[in-house]
Amino acid sequence: MKYVGKSIQRIDAFEKVTGSAEYAGDIELPGMLYTKLLLSPYAHAKIKSIDFSDALKVPGVITIAIGEDFPFRIGLYVNDRNILARKKVRWVGEPVAAVVAENLEAAEEAIELIKVDYEPLPPVLDVRDALKPDAPLVHEELGEYAHSPAFNPIPGTNIANRFVVKKGNVEEGFKKSDVIVENEFLMPQVSHVPMEPHTCIGQYMKDGSIKIWTSAQSPFAIRYILGYSLGVPLHKISVYVPYVGGGFGGKAGINFEPLVVLLSKKAGYRPVKLELTREEQFMVAPVRQGFYGKIKTGVTRDGKIMAEKILYVFDAGAYADYGVNIGRAAGYSCTGPYYVPNLEGESLTVYTNHPWGTAFRGFGHFEFLWAIERQMEIVAAEIGMDPIEFRLKNALLPGLTTPTGEKLREDAGRIDQCIKAVAEKIGWGTPPVKITPNKIRAKGIAALWKAPAMPPNAASSAIIKLNEDGTFLLSVGVTEIGQGTVTALAQIVAEELSVPVEKIKVVPFRHTDLTPYSWQTVASRNLFMEGRAVIRAARDVKEQILEVASQVLRVPKDDLEIEDEKVYVKGRPEWSLQLKDIAAGYVYPNGNTIGGPIIGRGYYVGSRLTYLDPETGQGYPALKWTFGAQAVEIELDTETGEIKILKLVSAFDVGKAINPMLVEGQIVGGCVQSISLGMWEEYKYDKNGRMINPNLTDYKIARAGDIPEEHIVVIIENPQKDGPYGARGVGELSMLSVPPAIANAIFHATGVNINNLPLSFENIWKALKEKR
Amino acid sequence: MEKKKIIFKINGVEKTVEVEPNKTLLWLIREVLKLKGTKKACERGDCGLCTVLLNGEPVKSCLVLAVEVDGSEIVTVEGLSRDGELTPIQKAFIEHGALQCGFCTPAFVIVGHWLLNRNPNPSREEVVEALNGVLCRCTGYRPIIEAILDVAKKRK
Ligand code: FES
Ligand code: FES
Repeated sequence: MKYVGKSIQRIDAFEKVTGSAEYAGDIELPGMLYTKLLLSPYAHAKIKSIDFSDALKVPGVITIAIGEDFPFRIGLYVNDRNILARKKVRWVGEPVAAVVAENLEAAEEAIELIKVDYEPLPPVLDVRDALKPDAPLVHEELGEYAHSPAFNPIPGTNIANRFVVKKGNVEEGFKKSDVIVENEFLMPQVSHVPMEPHTCIGQYMKDGSIKIWTSAQSPFAIRYILGYSLGVPLHKISVYVPYVGGGFGGKAGINFEPLVVLLSKKAGYRPVKLELTREEQFMVAPVRQGFYGKIKTGVTRDGKIMAEKILYVFDAGAYADYGVNIGRAAGYSCTGPYYVPNLEGESLTVYTNHPWGTAFRGFGHFEFLWAIERQMEIVAAEIGMDPIEFRLKNALLPGLTTPTGEKLREDAGRIDQCIKAVAEKIGWGTPPVKITPNKIRAKGIAALWKAPAMPPNAASSAIIKLNEDGTFLLSVGVTEIGQGTVTALAQIVAEELSVPVEKIKVVPFRHTDLTPYSWQTVASRNLFMEGRAVIRAARDVKEQILEVASQVLRVPKDDLEIEDEKVYVKGRPEWSLQLKDIAAGYVYPNGNTIGGPIIGRGYYVGSRLTYLDPETGQGYPALKWTFGAQAVEIELDTETGEIKILKLVSAFDVGKAINPMLVEGQIVGGCVQSISLGMWEEYKYDKNGRMINPNLTDYKIARAGDIPEEHIVVIIENPQKDGPYGARGVGELSMLSVPPAIANAIFHATGVNINNLPLSFENIWKALKEKR
Repeated sequence: MEKKKIIFKINGVEKTVEVEPNKTLLWLIREVLKLKGTKKACERGDCGLCTVLLNGEPVKSCLVLAVEVDGSEIVTVEGLSRDGELTPIQKAFIEHGALQCGFCTPAFVIVGHWLLNRNPNPSREEVVEALNGVLCRCTGYRPIIEAILDVAKKRK
């Protein structure tokens, strides 16, 4: 292959290194107004009254909106979200009012003058408390919310969704077990920290149409939800997305777009821009849900898992419109990449008075793999088995069934190869070494898997146009949020049509009026799904080219071939046509014209996916599974709890690396994000539920000096037959399972089990001290 | 607030602007001069994405007042490559895949330029130290470090 499998340069690189790439915050529109939000100081309180009469008098203020101005709810899977808080506030940071003004200074001044009378209510600040029978309700009206049939909210409780998976007979399985091990695990809420904070501009037009410019991952989801909620037909809504400065899930679904659109209407149809500050990004924007897990595992002495009983509880915060699907995804993958014959799993998405949760790279898997991969290590130690051997013994190999009863396809990728690869490269099998009296070096590993969490009908499509000079234009709905998918898609077009990548332009923005449909840019699904759509579009183009060429060259279509921007008769390259001569119709010397503009299209939806059985969770949720494993070697200071990651090894079965440089980039970057979340990141609250570290000094993320000294990336390629050139997704996978690998290494070094994240020096120090 | 007249050079061009004394250099660059390559991501000196060169030294432009640049020379990412010809640092970033979403890239490119001007042959530690003030959430920094070291190596 000439283009697929090559590390070609990113097609968006020139714009990005020169600073000319456009992001939502760079857009300025004539007559544009600015909005600033008033945030709730309470985690849970009734709004008794709001007085903004003084605020309205500030020069430059155009209008002020409060929740009652927008009396309806929105949401992706569950319609539980208010545009601005109505009747009550549900977290410290929930927007209560919005000022629209000619400039930000006026809006900021006016915000200070709004008076809100609150009646504080008891908040729910721990997800385990939220489940207690006498817990205050975050959503009293849960029973009235419209929701997708795939979810199961329990009115009268804080449970936004309950997902259950049942397979075999757990009681029997535990009876056949020699050892039963039960543990609990915790993970705090964390922020995506995209370098570009959420930014959007909305304009309601006088003719009832709507225009949006936004830093969003999923323009079509925004269009659909907005149209549905406001009763506006979709052809009257246009959503424009330029380059996105990092998403990681936080910009998926729908966020602040409805707010700016409605504010625009209230402000006399002028465009309104919302640009979150970093502090607002922490307080107002959605977060990764917190997590609590409890796992009971039954094993035989010789290391076979016989039964598992699993409870996952996700701290959804104030709203769960997206969070419900995270709980569901964690539920149907709940065992990790292992075969468990008897299983009872329950995964709950639960409301609290914390900031609201949303998708975050890894979507429930980063969370539950923390629990599962710690549990695997603890169980292996209990029965005195090497943890690698234990994992391999229970590895979910092709032919075995997943928690939902799906028989893993033959070409599904190999978890055993990933585990063996990292074990070999980290030099598994040597005991921890004491470097100094306080410093120990030790190794740890952890495995992982994930499938895209999406509805069975999630679709992708592509359009390819042949330009009049023989160059091509590819248009796809996947947004460029940094992951580089569009570069790989251009390589696929190049390969299919035998044309250099430089001659293909991928439209650099998304505009729902022009761009072909894509459900969302999430779930590591886009290379696979857009990839298949692009292959079909390219073959459609090819067919159209050959149709015209066969008439002109007077040979049957199957005697023709396209190469080097020409179509020619096989074995007779001198009988050829240039692509440009048929791009807009072929013109004979006398002026007669045949054919016409060539536009190819293709689409893709997953094959034979099903909804899951509401009682047992059985069914086919997964387009593909990607498997992987991580191994680390750490140096631990047992006096201070400080750790250094000396070496990290990552292996993923990606099926086929369409662009190895991009794959490696995803893995290297994702792993550092994983280390950062695992070691430092955490929403810290005071006793009233107010976040106390909403800035990048107190909420530390990894810097250049924090990365592992060495990182070895192993790319395994067992192609999946229905993937584009065999490829599977890897974008999210890269950030899974580094924290449990580190904690497992700490366990090997000291015998201490740390089951709560983050693995901060302080937390490690405390855990080590407790043991002494 | 009373405005003050300042005269400075940005990317080689002299400008005269009237600014309020409480406005930042970042504001001057993005909102007045409309140079959107310099990014804003915290406005309190934590992220480094607003880094530009002020009289040849990197500064976080959100921490510098606009009035302070009177008589100074500023270089932003727009001032590095002329006529579409990329600088060696920019080329190395592309070759090494040292960018993903690209939001941090202008700041890293600026710091890379400054570092290699000052120290044409930095050690890995020196590169890491220079980059430590700028945040990236996508790349994991490794390809950025490699790109800068590679330029230094090729110059030798
Ligand atoms: S915007 Fe200046 S340091 Fe973050
Ligand atoms: S490339 Fe996205 S923040 Fe650095």
